[in-house]
Amino acid sequence: MFPTPVERRSAAMQATYKALVPVALILWLLPLLMVALFSIKPDSDFTQGNLWGLPTSFAGFENYARVFTDSAMPRYLLNSVFITVPTVIGAVALSCMTGFALGVYRFRSNIWIFFMFVAGNFVPFQILMVPVRDLTLNMGLYDTRLGLVLFHIAFQTGFCTLFMRNFIRALPRELIEAARVEGVSEIRIFWYVVLPLMRPAIAALSVLIFTFIWNDYFWAVVLTQGVETQPVTAGITAFNSQFRAAYHMMSAGSIIAALPPVMMFFLMQKHFIAGLTLGAVK
Amino acid sequence: MQFTFKGAAAALAMSTMLAGTAQAELTGNLRIFFNDQNPAPKAAMEGMVERFQALHPALNIELTLIDREANKTQIRNYLTANAPDVNGWYAGNRMRPFVAAGLFEDVSDLWAGEMGEELASTRPALTLDGKQWGVPYSYYQWGIYYRQDIFEELGLSVPTTWEEEKANCQVILESGRKCYTIGTRFLWTTGGWFDYLNLRTHGYDFHMALTAGEIPWTDDRVRETFAKWRELIDMGAFIDDHTAYTWQEAQPFLVNGEAAAYLMGNFLVAPLREAGLTDDQLGFYQFPEITPGIPMAEDAPTDTLHIPAQAQNKDNARAFLQFVASAENQTIVNEVLGQLPINRNASVADDKFIQAGFEMLSNATGGIAQFFDRDTDAEMAAAGMEGFQEFMVMPDNLDAILQRLESVRQRVTAN
Amino acid sequence: MTVTETPAPRPPATGQWWRRNQMRVAPWLFLAPGIAFFALYVIYPIFQSFNISFYRWDGLGEPVPVGLENYRQLLDDRAFYTSLRNNVKWLLLYLLAIPGGLFIALFLNQQIRGMRLYKSLFFFPFVISQVVVGLVFAWFYNPAIGLFNPLIGLFGVAPMNVLGNPNTVTYGIIAAGLWPQIAYCMILYLTGLNAVDPEQVEAARLDGAKGWKMLWYVILPQLRPATFIAVVVTVIGAMRSFDMISVMTNGGPFGSSRVLAYYMFEVSLSEYGFRMGYGAAIAVVLFLIMMVYIAFFLWRMWREERGY
Repeated sequence: MFPTPVERRSAAMQATYKALVPVALILWLLPLLMVALFSIKPDSDFTQGNLWGLPTSFAGFENYARVFTDSAMPRYLLNSVFITVPTVIGAVALSCMTGFALGVYRFRSNIWIFFMFVAGNFVPFQILMVPVRDLTLNMGLYDTRLGLVLFHIAFQTGFCTLFMRNFIRALPRELIEAARVEGVSEIRIFWYVVLPLMRPAIAALSVLIFTFIWNDYFWAVVLTQGVETQPVTAGITAFNSQFRAAYHMMSAGSIIAALPPVMMFFLMQKHFIAGLTLGAVK
Repeated sequence: MQFTFKGAAAALAMSTMLAGTAQAELTGNLRIFFNDQNPAPKAAMEGMVERFQALHPALNIELTLIDREANKTQIRNYLTANAPDVNGWYAGNRMRPFVAAGLFEDVSDLWAGEMGEELASTRPALTLDGKQWGVPYSYYQWGIYYRQDIFEELGLSVPTTWEEEKANCQVILESGRKCYTIGTRFLWTTGGWFDYLNLRTHGYDFHMALTAGEIPWTDDRVRETFAKWRELIDMGAFIDDHTAYTWQEAQPFLVNGEAAAYLMGNFLVAPLREAGLTDDQLGFYQFPEITPGIPMAEDAPTDTLHIPAQAQNKDNARAFLQFVASAENQTIVNEVLGQLPINRNASVADDKFIQAGFEMLSNATGGIAQFFDRDTDAEMAAAGMEGFQEFMVMPDNLDAILQRLESVRQRVTAN
Repeated sequence: MTVTETPAPRPPATGQWWRRNQMRVAPWLFLAPGIAFFALYVIYPIFQSFNISFYRWDGLGEPVPVGLENYRQLLDDRAFYTSLRNNVKWLLLYLLAIPGGLFIALFLNQQIRGMRLYKSLFFFPFVISQVVVGLVFAWFYNPAIGLFNPLIGLFGVAPMNVLGNPNTVTYGIIAAGLWPQIAYCMILYLTGLNAVDPEQVEAARLDGAKGWKMLWYVILPQLRPATFIAVVVTVIGAMRSFDMISVMTNGGPFGSSRVLAYYMFEVSLSEYGFRMGYGAAIAVVLFLIMMVYIAFFLWRMWREERGY
């Protein structure tokens, strides 16, 4: 192991290390802790200049409850769900197929199609912005969740294909060959042989894409506007203009907006990190 | 609530009928996109719609409220695809792109009659290419909102000349406060200062020629305006770090007494009252004279309603605009809005600030400007206000800023 | 395709065709939906943007062809150069996330009680949306309410208006951007460190290697895959910086924190924008810069693929 495990060091060293880790963590999360503190303070603390002291009274419940009762936040959260979930399903489904095609079959244009997906995935969003916005307008899908979902699916297919194809490449080919010898059709091979083996990849990718899409801001701003359709990342700016300089409310709102992917991460940690670090170890 | 409302609506219907403005009952649909969701404008618009509905019970009215900022970009989409019958927007050059693209309906026919005379004061603001393109429902004054109690404490009186303004400011600074709060994170607040300094230094005609792109930004007269501005900047009159704040985040400085005044539009009054300032603490005065003898001109932005060229129910829309323009309606709407009616027969709400604004604007012999970003071309406005912000932070960059604005002006006028 | 010797009694014609050709047809069947979506929403728009960049178009009326006029304008547009310069700053400083992440990974690569939780807590800023990270840091820096000024005050540094000062604003935003990015690199390295061959480490230790030498000659070479991915994601992250700039400063004060990605958006879609052609020209420039990098990445991948 590197660096040398602390267990092999002196007792004093060990104690220092154990004390240092939490201190480092607090420093690391300081900006976030500040916002968390703001979010449980009553309004009066801000007018009286008590910014970083302990809250004079615990107003966490009121503040967070107000986010749900006095603002469009629930609506934005719901929009985010209705944008994120279909995108995850769509992108994962498409990329299971493309990944399978590119990972299993050998044909001449294979590598070029693969490169197209990979390159497209790295393209700066801005080059797509004007045409995609026009396309969406012309299809009558501007300012609809569906318009946003369709674009997200298409764009994420690039990254997902890269991910799935590499995963399928690493699967034992013998299974597929054996099935072919027995005369199983290609579609059934995909469905009954490969797909079950891809479960861990599907789980990892779903968690990743969920986070990416939930956190998307750019396309939300370009393709939607207003309470009916905008996800929470875009809604938070409208929320903030509603609460102007009420920092306790804006803080509570931001924390709620950030929470779903954080919960997703803590619940699905194993899959999440497996997905992120795929390829980091070889 | 409902009952009293219905009663009022009936009475209103009677009076309008007597006045002879009511038309035959309307049927069909009327879709309205209104560009504000804030409490007062929302109430005002909903009230207007309910009263119009009472006049025409068979009409199917659908009202959509859009966030003010979102509407500024959204309007491009809804005017070209799926247009409503009526939409909210602003007067002046800000309607030019839509007029030029043929997306607004020519409503000169409405202005030809009696309505045109009642709204005469804003006719120029709604005229492009000799035609009228919308109907105003409200406007509001700009000016200096100040802490009366601080002025009293320091023994200051309301200034009427530039020298007095600066002398006051010096006293305020010596008391450990700043003279003016401002938040320039969103750039438009700087436009107010430029407008007033320029209007007072060189008058309305020069200002309008400059904003119309007819005068180079490198003109010496423009420099004179900036020199006035610089006097305040060099005194340290503005709050520190204003680039970090929005116009709302700049309010606490006034509320807490760290700054004594705020150059702003009348919509400032509502949030300040909400924040706890009483009418005894808060006062209003007209931006003082700079060059003696120049007739006083003011910024008074006009809020308007328009008919998209692609509207489905233009007859209903026209009837609605006519209703909106009427004196009765404008009286009620502006009482709710806390703003000024445009119809000369409407009455002005009994509110300290609205009354002050009304008096000031009635005597604005110099002329009425819309606002920097409504009087100039959009691209020029963006570049201009960015330059103003830079000037407020780094006044030494003035030459480079003016050169840049001039090159934008040349490109814009060439297009 | 292996079952050709005995034709089934009465196979439906299509079935037979399918059996003979499925190896050729199947991949295209599987690819079709993905390619269709991707072509419509990603590939085709790239060409459209190139095309739009030769027009003057406000998104409302008819586009007016102007040739290379938009590109010529870019050449004497101060905002364009500011954006470009800031992009370079982003690119270089963002790469600090890699040593930063490595440092924290080394710091945390121990087995004390609760370490798993510590690692997760260090990592989770990465899953927070950039919008919220931007807001959090904007308040953190805010001269009226933020914790930043009192904090640097402890070290005797005078208060700063980080986001309102043209000289500091970009660094302030990059620092905020580094926060999640360091977390990302950290997790990559933690995973990499897990897979470091313990025998090699022990062997090197016996040879007397320790500290920096050990890290440089023994550990880092083994972390190469992690470093490669860290570079890839960090460069892309740097070039895509948009959310934070939009939320924290809107490109201000007076345009000093713009980057190409933000400037493009501002020119084409913001309140006073709608110069679609000009925006497209900016996007094309950004795309061409990225293309260099994409080409390098693809070339490296192609080299690896030949191994198959």
